[in-house]
Amino acid sequence: MTREEVIEKVQDIFRNNFDDDEIVLTDETTAADIEDWDSLEQINLLSTIEREFKIKFTVGDVEGLANVGAMIDVIMKKLA
Amino acid sequence: MELYPVDGNYILSNKRAIKKRLLEKGNFLEKKIAILSGTTVGEIKNILELFLLDYGIKPEFLVGDYGRFFEEAVFEQERLKEFGPDVIFVQSGIHNLDLPGAGCSVDEAEKRLETAKGKFSAVWDAAEKLGAVLIQNNFEYPRIRPMGNFDAVDVSGKVRFVAEMNAFVAERARTHRGFYLNDINYLSAWYGLDRWSDPSYYNSYKYQQAPEAIPYLCKSVADIIKSIYGKNQKALMLDLDNTLWGGVIGDDGVEGIAIGTEAPGGIAYLDMQKYAKELTGMGVVLGVVSKNEDKAARSGFDHPSSVLKTDDFAVFLANWNDKAGNIQSAAKMLNIGVDAIVFADDNPAEREIVRAAKTGAEVPELDSPERFAETVARGGYFEVTSLSDDDRRRAEMYKQNAQRAAELSSFADYGQYLDSLEMTGYIKPFTEGALERVTALANKTNQFNLTTKRYTAEEMEERMKSERFITLSGRLEDKFGDNGIVTEIIGDISGDTLDIELWIMSCRVFKRELEYAMFDELVAACKAKGIRKITGSYYRTAKNPIVAEFYGELGFTKTEGDDDHSKWEYTIPDEYVNRNTHMEVKND
Repeated sequence: MTREEVIEKVQDIFRNNFDDDEIVLTDETTAADIEDWDSLEQINLLSTIEREFKIKFTVGDVEGLANVGAMIDVIMKKLA
Repeated sequence: MELYPVDGNYILSNKRAIKKRLLEKGNFLEKKIAILSGTTVGEIKNILELFLLDYGIKPEFLVGDYGRFFEEAVFEQERLKEFGPDVIFVQSGIHNLDLPGAGCSVDEAEKRLETAKGKFSAVWDAAEKLGAVLIQNNFEYPRIRPMGNFDAVDVSGKVRFVAEMNAFVAERARTHRGFYLNDINYLSAWYGLDRWSDPSYYNSYKYQQAPEAIPYLCKSVADIIKSIYGKNQKALMLDLDNTLWGGVIGDDGVEGIAIGTEAPGGIAYLDMQKYAKELTGMGVVLGVVSKNEDKAARSGFDHPSSVLKTDDFAVFLANWNDKAGNIQSAAKMLNIGVDAIVFADDNPAEREIVRAAKTGAEVPELDSPERFAETVARGGYFEVTSLSDDDRRRAEMYKQNAQRAAELSSFADYGQYLDSLEMTGYIKPFTEGALERVTALANKTNQFNLTTKRYTAEEMEERMKSERFITLSGRLEDKFGDNGIVTEIIGDISGDTLDIELWIMSCRVFKRELEYAMFDELVAACKAKGIRKITGSYYRTAKNPIVAEFYGELGFTKTEGDDDHSKWEYTIPDEYVNRNTHMEVKND
C-alpha cells in the first residue's frame, strides 16, 4: 500500500468518524484543525485504524503523535 | 431496531451519522442517566446513547469523574441529587476489585471479599435513597489465573472471588426493587473473554472493555433500560414450515415433517419450539402467521414430538393473505401495537416483504435453524427485568381475550355480552404487596394513560402511604379468568379538590367499562374525604389519542388547552349515580 493510499484510507476513517465529508487530511493536519478531535476521539480513531488496517499499535507507537504525518508513518511501519 | 444484529465496527466508526439518523425518528421518551465511573467511561456514553435512541429513549447524561463511583454515590451526592437521575449505571468491572492471589491467607482473602461487598453495598444503598433505578455491572473473569483450575476453588483464587461477588450482586437484584444486574460475566463469556478486554487499551486508556466489545456492553444496558420503561416487545408471531418444523406440512403431512430428536435435522426445530414455549412462561404471547391451509397447519402440532400445541397460540393465522397484513390483524386481535410484535420467519423474501411494509414489527434476520432461538433471544426483544406472577400468566390472559372476542360475535348487543362475562372488579387503595405491580404497570402503560407520568418505586410507596394522595388499583376477574391488576388512579388532594395525576388501564381490558367502575370508586373515595371537585389533565403522546376525550365522556368540562394538552374539571353532584352497570365491584 502506498503512502497516498494509506492517507486516503485514513481520511475515510476520519470522515466517517466525524461525519464530515469535507475533511481533507495532509501530513500537517493536527487535532487543532478538526473541531471534535479530542483525546477520546484519538482513541476511537486509533482503534478504527487498527481494525481497518489489521494492525496492532504498541503503547510506544502512538504516544505523542505530532500530526497526521506521524500517524501515517507509524501505520506504514506496521504495514511494512 | 436498527442496531441489531450488532455490527460493532460499523457502530464505532459511524456513530455521528447513526445518531443523526436515529434522532430523525422523533417522539422520544426522555430519561436522565448518570454513569458512575469505575474507570474510563469514554465511548460507553456515546454508544449507549445510540442504542437508547434506537429504542425510542433520549438520554440526558451525567458522567461521573474518573474512577469515583464510590465517592460520588456515598459521600458527594450533591451533584447526583441536583441532576436527579432516573437511572444510575455503575460502570465497574474487574479492575474495581481488590483481588486476592495465591499466597494470600484465608483471613486476608475473606477480608477482601467482605470489603468489596461492603463498598458496593454502600453505593447501592446510597443510590436507593436517591430514588433512582440502579444498573450494576457484575464482573468478568480475570484474564490470568495463576493457579489454573484451582483458582476457581481456593479462597485465595481470583476466579472464586469473582464468582462470589457475582452471586452477591445477583442476590441484591433478587431482593431489591429498582436494582438491576447487567450480566457482563455472561456477555464476556459469550463474546469471548480473550477479546472482551484488551490489555493495551486498559494500560493506555483504562478501558475495561476492548473498543469492539463496547457496543455489546451498551446494548445490554439499553435492553435493561428499555424493558424497565415498557418498551419490550410483547408477542412473537411465528411462521411454521421450516421455522417451527422442517419441511412443508401441506406437502409432507404430519408424518413427513422434521421435528424431535430422531433425526439431526429435527433437533434445531425442537429447540426453537422449546424456546418459544419458554417465552410463554415469561408472559410473551405466541401467534402463528403462516401461508398454509388452516387445517393442515394445525395438524403439524399433533406431531408427537411437537412441544408446542395449538393451545399455546393466542392467534392462529394460517391463510394465504400477505403476512404484513396478517401481522397487523394479529396486533388488532391482541389489542397491542404492531411495534410490540416480533416476526420470526426462515424465508428471507417474507421477512423482506414485512420489513418493506414498515408496519413497525421487528423482523430478526434468521439464518440457520440451529441459530433461530439464539438470534431471537439475543435481540433483547423480551428482556425480563422482573418476573411477577402476573407476567407468568399474561400469555394465558391474552388467549382468554381472544376467546372473549370470539364469544362477542354471538351476542345481540354489547351490554348483554358484558353481562355474560360475569365480571367482578376488585378496587382498593394500593397495598404493599401490589406495589411492584402498580409501579411496573404505571411505567409501561402507554395507550390508556392520560398523563404518561412515570414513577420510581419510592415515589409510588410515598403515594401509597401519604394522606395527601388517593390511590386506587383495580383487578378484574371474569368467567374466563383473572386479569390481575390492570388499572390504577393516583389523585393529589389539595383542599376540596382532587387532581388526577395518573389514570391508566391496561389495553387487555379496554371496553369492559372498568374505567367507569374505577370512576365510581374514585367519586366515593372523594366523598368520604369531603372532596367536591376533581380535576384532570390530558397530555398527548404518539400512543394515547384513544383517551384524548376521555374526561369529556365522563362528564368533565374542558377548562383550557388544545389538542396536545388539555385540562378538565368535574364537580361531584350530591346525588351521584354509578356509571358502571355491568360489573360487580368489591373492595378487597
